[in-house]
Amino acid sequence: MVRALLCISLVLGAALPAAAQRVSAIDLARSEIRFTGKQMGVPADGRFGRFSAQVDFDPAKPAAARASVEIDLNSFDSGTPELDTEVKRKPWLNLAVFPSAKFVSTAFKPLGGNRYEIAGKLSIKGQTRDITAPITLRKDGAATVFEGAFTLLRLQFGIGDGPWADTDTVANEVQVRFKLTSLAK
Amino acid sequence: MQPSDTKTAVQAVRYGATAIALHWLVALLLLCGAAMGLYMVGLELSPAKLKLYSWHKWVGVSIFLVALVRVLWRLTHPAPPPPASLPAWQQRAAWQTHALLYLLLFVIPLSGWLMSSALGVQVVYFGVLPLPDLVQKDKVLGEQLKLLHLSLNVTLLLLVALHVAAALKHHLLDRDDVLRRMLPARRPLR
Repeated sequence: MVRALLCISLVLGAALPAAAQRVSAIDLARSEIRFTGKQMGVPADGRFGRFSAQVDFDPAKPAAARASVEIDLNSFDSGTPELDTEVKRKPWLNLAVFPSAKFVSTAFKPLGGNRYEIAGKLSIKGQTRDITAPITLRKDGAATVFEGAFTLLRLQFGIGDGPWADTDTVANEVQVRFKLTSLAK
Repeated sequence: MQPSDTKTAVQAVRYGATAIALHWLVALLLLCGAAMGLYMVGLELSPAKLKLYSWHKWVGVSIFLVALVRVLWRLTHPAPPPPASLPAWQQRAAWQTHALLYLLLFVIPLSGWLMSSALGVQVVYFGVLPLPDLVQKDKVLGEQLKLLHLSLNVTLLLLVALHVAAALKHHLLDRDDVLRRMLPARRPLR
């Protein structure tokens, strides 16, 4: 808790010149969240066009890093209009009631080198579940890039219920890949 | 002629068991593929619709593969000649119809594969063997290929109708063995 408060105070105290590798803001134009599902063994992928992300990462104190992401689910874009329309309906994401998904980190664990593991709570469609994802960190010019992926089990969140709960047709596993690029200052 | 010679001559006018099996296998696959294709396009998006689309594609790939085997088989096992009494124009028409039918057995699955690629829904044979996408995702091209796939299938169904009508004409009007030689050998041919 003390550490969290310290982080917040550090973010608020951003008037101080930021250390070169300190990450406190994300460049959404250079960030992306993509997903791949499968129906009948056929991959279908897409992206979310609109989301916001806050990351506070100090390489000197990686374990204190925090991240949160909020996704506007209306920006679901698979490139197939029929699918985009279907997924917004009640059996799937039910956007009329749950327009956004949210992730809030609870732990950030250094795994050695540029590898980390983030844990946190993912909320979709009124359900909150713990997830973990491996993350790699790299420099891109003056910016820092966080890349990671995890497998989302759609039925844990009630995504695709009723007849769509049949995982022989639509797989339960959805691969989610994310890339967050820091604002280079 | 000795009776045994007659028997030999009669057996030579039949298609071989493999050729017969392959012919009826394609007929069955075509029937299933066409029925699923016509039914599935009108369905609301549902698990059943997704299943049917995949099954339809698997049938199409299978038809392509069996057609390939048929052509190779036919090149190495010549088809029995048409009845000598058949007018030259009918022999020509029969040859042309068969050539077109064979051609469509290859072209139609290919048009479906192209269409799937353009519409961004990959063909994964039996849900495990992904076929490479032949073209980039392109909605306009996809719609054009959809029309092509339909037109080719209408052409195929008309040719199949002609093929069946001709076989029945041989069987019922000409009373020759043209149809019977493509049926499993139960009775000897006349």
